[in-house]
Amino acid sequence: MGALNDGEIMRGGIQPSMLHTGSRTCLDIRQIGLTFSSGQQSVTALEDISLQAAENEFAVIVGPSGCGKSSLLYLTAGLIEPTSGEIRVNDKRIDGPGADRGMVFQAYTLFPWLNVRDNVEYGLKRRRLPAAQRKEIVEYYLREVGLERFADAWPRQLSGGMMQRVAIARALANDPDILLMDEPFGALDSQTRLSMQQLLLNVWGHNSKTVLFVTHDIDEAILLADRIYVMSGRPGVISRTIEVHLPRPRTSEIVMEKHFLDIKREILGILHHDDT
Amino acid sequence: MAHASLWQRCLTPRATIPKTLTWSAGIGIWLVVIALWSLVTYSGLVRSIFLPTPTSVLSTAVSMIGDGSLWKDIWSSAQVVLYGFLLSSVVAIPLGILMGSFRLAQAFLDPLVNFMRYLPVTAFVPLFILWIGIGIEQRVTVIFFGIFFQQLVMIADISRGVSQDLINASYTLGAKRRDVVTHVLFPACLPGVIDMMRVTMGWAWTFVVVAELVAANSGLGYISLKAMRGFQVDVIFLSIGLIGLLGLVTDQFFRLLRKRLTSWAL
Repeated sequence: MGALNDGEIMRGGIQPSMLHTGSRTCLDIRQIGLTFSSGQQSVTALEDISLQAAENEFAVIVGPSGCGKSSLLYLTAGLIEPTSGEIRVNDKRIDGPGADRGMVFQAYTLFPWLNVRDNVEYGLKRRRLPAAQRKEIVEYYLREVGLERFADAWPRQLSGGMMQRVAIARALANDPDILLMDEPFGALDSQTRLSMQQLLLNVWGHNSKTVLFVTHDIDEAILLADRIYVMSGRPGVISRTIEVHLPRPRTSEIVMEKHFLDIKREILGILHHDDT
Repeated sequence: MAHASLWQRCLTPRATIPKTLTWSAGIGIWLVVIALWSLVTYSGLVRSIFLPTPTSVLSTAVSMIGDGSLWKDIWSSAQVVLYGFLLSSVVAIPLGILMGSFRLAQAFLDPLVNFMRYLPVTAFVPLFILWIGIGIEQRVTVIFFGIFFQQLVMIADISRGVSQDLINASYTLGAKRRDVVTHVLFPACLPGVIDMMRVTMGWAWTFVVVAELVAANSGLGYISLKAMRGFQVDVIFLSIGLIGLLGLVTDQFFRLLRKRLTSWAL
């Protein structure tokens, strides 16, 4: 998506699965450990986690609540520090948050005092891009998420799904190296959730981008992912890595396919095994 | 409840009533007050040296406006309130936001602020007179000390309440620490800060009267005190009424400000 910076807009039929085959590593999480301590007690949230995401790959972490999968995203964003290990994005060691790692949160995090347009523009302004370029980028991403008619609306006037669409546009507008998504559709009703998954796949199809997506919804994980990391909890470890070879573009129809069901069965097996 | 009669709606908890009825009721309460006041005064039930008649208060107002003395006293009080309030707000707003957001600022200021805010400012008045004299500076100081520490604590609370998610989102969009203060904390605190100003403005009006009762040579509190000595109870009533009216005006001003500046919040 570097094309955007040249004032050019890349759109249309490039399939990211074609792009990332054999491409280099974007995200490299190396032997991360995370321990919270308060007074005498200490809780190990993550233990020796290693995972990679190739450039333009859609990587999904799926696991039960409380397994530490969100912590992994916050660590990658640089919002919390690991107790051990290191995280590299494009071979640069993470040391605090930055615009190179965009994030969409589970909670609604639009700035309520900025209208939709200004929310999407927020990161561009912080990075002091020229006004004409900002305008072009904002308009492009508002179109991508289908909210160009709502550019002047306040966040409080939007539905939950619309707010998350703005949050996606806002994160992508910054052209980050990687997009981190922390159960972004977790608070939405199931109909909206389905259409948001489709929208995300479309946007990702137009704008090749490395994504690390966290969810506890197995269907969502398989629908979206090139690769799934199955996590189990307390302390959080990666139990298995599964490659998803379902063809793209995908629609929600694929939940009927055999490969989909095989993967679902496998993941359920791992998670069920943990419970007992 | 769409088809319920007006009576039914008035008797139903939280049911809305027509705007005209809201207005009429608001005017009605004053009609009741004035009617009762007229009843007990014109009938001679209460003697006029304790409670003046509405007409005598009005005629006092007309004559004091006529000779220009009333404007001088209104402005004198308003000036003190305005200076004290602005001075306090200008310092308390940024400092309070820092106090609510930076742990060191809080650790440093909390012990002093929590000590100071339980001291009644009236206890300081003799000290201020000794230090500053009885000029306008003294009264401004009383107001400043009366509301500053309260404002500080309220604003610190407001800024502590700003969602961490907004701050995190801002960082992931490339904001630096300074940006978080100016582009997240300040705008996020604005609605709360305006509400806080509306509340503390009322306190400022209380303290100006206290200050004027002790040491002043003009102002609404001062003319009340002087009127008491001359048994001019109509002037006392006029002064109280004016303070209430000025309070009402400033309150409406802050309501309007809140609507204008933070229409995004509602």
